[in-house]
Amino acid sequence: MVAVRRSEAALEAVDLVKTYSTGRNKPPVTALQGLSFWAAKGTVFGLLGPNGAGKSTTVKILSTLAVADSGSARIAGIDVAARPDRVRQAIGFVAQKPGTDPMETATENLLLAGRLHGMSRRDAKARARELIDRFGLADAANRPVSTYSGGMARKLDVALGLMHRPQVLFLDEPTTGLDPQARSEMWHEIARMAGDEQMTVLLTTHYLDEADRLADRLAIVDHGTVVAEGTPEDLKSDLRGDAVQVELAATDSRAPAVLQRVPVLREITLDGCTVRGRTDDGARALPPVLAALEEAGIAVTSATLARPSLDDVYLRHVGHSPLTVGDEDPKALEAAK
Amino acid sequence: MSTVHTKPLCTRPMTVLAHSVFLTGRLLRTLRRMPTFLVMGLVQPVIWLLLFGQLFRAVVNLPGFAHGGGGFLQFLTPGVVMMTALFASAWSGTAYLQDIDRGVMDRLLTSPASRGAMMCATMAYQGIQTVIQSLIIVVIALLAGAPFPGGPSGVGVTILAAVLLTLIFSALSNAIALLTRQQATLIAISQFTTLPLMFLSSAVMDLHLAPSWVGHVAEYNPMEWAVVAARQAMLAHPDWSTVWAHLGLLAAAVLVMAFLATRAFRTYRKST
Repeated sequence: MVAVRRSEAALEAVDLVKTYSTGRNKPPVTALQGLSFWAAKGTVFGLLGPNGAGKSTTVKILSTLAVADSGSARIAGIDVAARPDRVRQAIGFVAQKPGTDPMETATENLLLAGRLHGMSRRDAKARARELIDRFGLADAANRPVSTYSGGMARKLDVALGLMHRPQVLFLDEPTTGLDPQARSEMWHEIARMAGDEQMTVLLTTHYLDEADRLADRLAIVDHGTVVAEGTPEDLKSDLRGDAVQVELAATDSRAPAVLQRVPVLREITLDGCTVRGRTDDGARALPPVLAALEEAGIAVTSATLARPSLDDVYLRHVGHSPLTVGDEDPKALEAAK
Repeated sequence: MSTVHTKPLCTRPMTVLAHSVFLTGRLLRTLRRMPTFLVMGLVQPVIWLLLFGQLFRAVVNLPGFAHGGGGFLQFLTPGVVMMTALFASAWSGTAYLQDIDRGVMDRLLTSPASRGAMMCATMAYQGIQTVIQSLIIVVIALLAGAPFPGGPSGVGVTILAAVLLTLIFSALSNAIALLTRQQATLIAISQFTTLPLMFLSSAVMDLHLAPSWVGHVAEYNPMEWAVVAARQAMLAHPDWSTVWAHLGLLAAAVLVMAFLATRAFRTYRKST
């Protein structure tokens, strides 16, 4: 069964390994250590993980920008290492950084991309106009991109990736740095084009709501390997029971130990001022949780109960919340481990 | 690594040519929007031509100065044309660094854009700038009183030699940009190479008046090949075999450098 589905994979990575040297006398940094996943044709596949987990390195290898140390990858059935030229005709690439020429207009950027993909001048013009209209850039189409807002420039980046109607589109953190309205417009557009154009999309993101909303399947990546893979629903249902979340007035490393004594609560973690746990019946677990904390003299500002979210899935596999990476108290992080 | 291409081999050169045209077009549009670069590059050569040309006017009277027949300005002009070409092309790689910085390079490298065309386009762009700048320098020299008995064919050879020199060093500069990816390194390397190349040639001084080792070294210097070809073609009765021999050397160097520089894209990919 699995083998049959795999043969239809539009995108497949097997045991990718990639290390970067960081200079003389320094140990090389391992970006990927045996990363594998595959995505079926016409679906949106999400790669979710903290910064530095290996998402961008994976995209670089799959899009022929970088070469893996070992392992293999296939795009639309074409081996990336053996035939990078054919892979490049099949893919669209939207990098994390903008990839537009700021000195040129949107139309000029799009026409150049189309012509390099072998489109005739007429086809390229028609397609450029279509994309400019679809992304609402018509008023700015003949202005240099350097005058665009962040959201407009990002839309043009995506339009450039779509210009030649690729079979596989790479979207590396497409909504990072966008305001909420621009982000929701972008989501709408990504969902629509994946459906309309029968395109396979590889989406990397560190926004859980983005992955939850857009991805048909997703892989959580941490330290260069896939730590969990499945549909967002599968991943959520793997977590049994309700999530209990208690906000403390101040971080307190005693909190996990105190809550260990509450029998119905399991998988207790401390993340800054937030203590999380899991229980089969949230309504019955909450009173003893609060009582235990009060008894230990730990002040509580709020307590919530929730059905499992992708956030919980992520937290369980990566060990911390995606949006708080890097700006936490190191002691609290230590305590959480 | 396999070298098989998707399209039949016979259409491949057409693809490279078409891509070169598209990519050169992009660079020329940028130049049209910011023509100041072209003008800025002319400040230094004009100073050389008019100030240096005046200051050292009498050197042609030194015993042993071979090509002094038409005065120092006629001697100096091919040197200044080549110097301008050399200095401008040594900066060529900054366009790549800018593309790398802006993410344009990654987008082009994930597209079917031919690597050869990406190299040819920046070289052609530099070559076009050299044609314009060389013409302006020759016109200024004419206005300042240089006789140029070689006439239009002499000017034609001068510009051809300047373009070939540009192609060699813009390919080299592009390769350095791809291999180092550092603006500071590129600037350091171009400054350490361009000045010695200029002074180890007869650009501003007849080498008969220099120590003999300088003359021997200069025989291997593309800058010298270009200066000799241009200066010879500017004479009333040029020795055409000398002209063609030096142009041939320049053309061969262009092919070798362009090939090696295109290979630098592979190293770039492996180190990404």
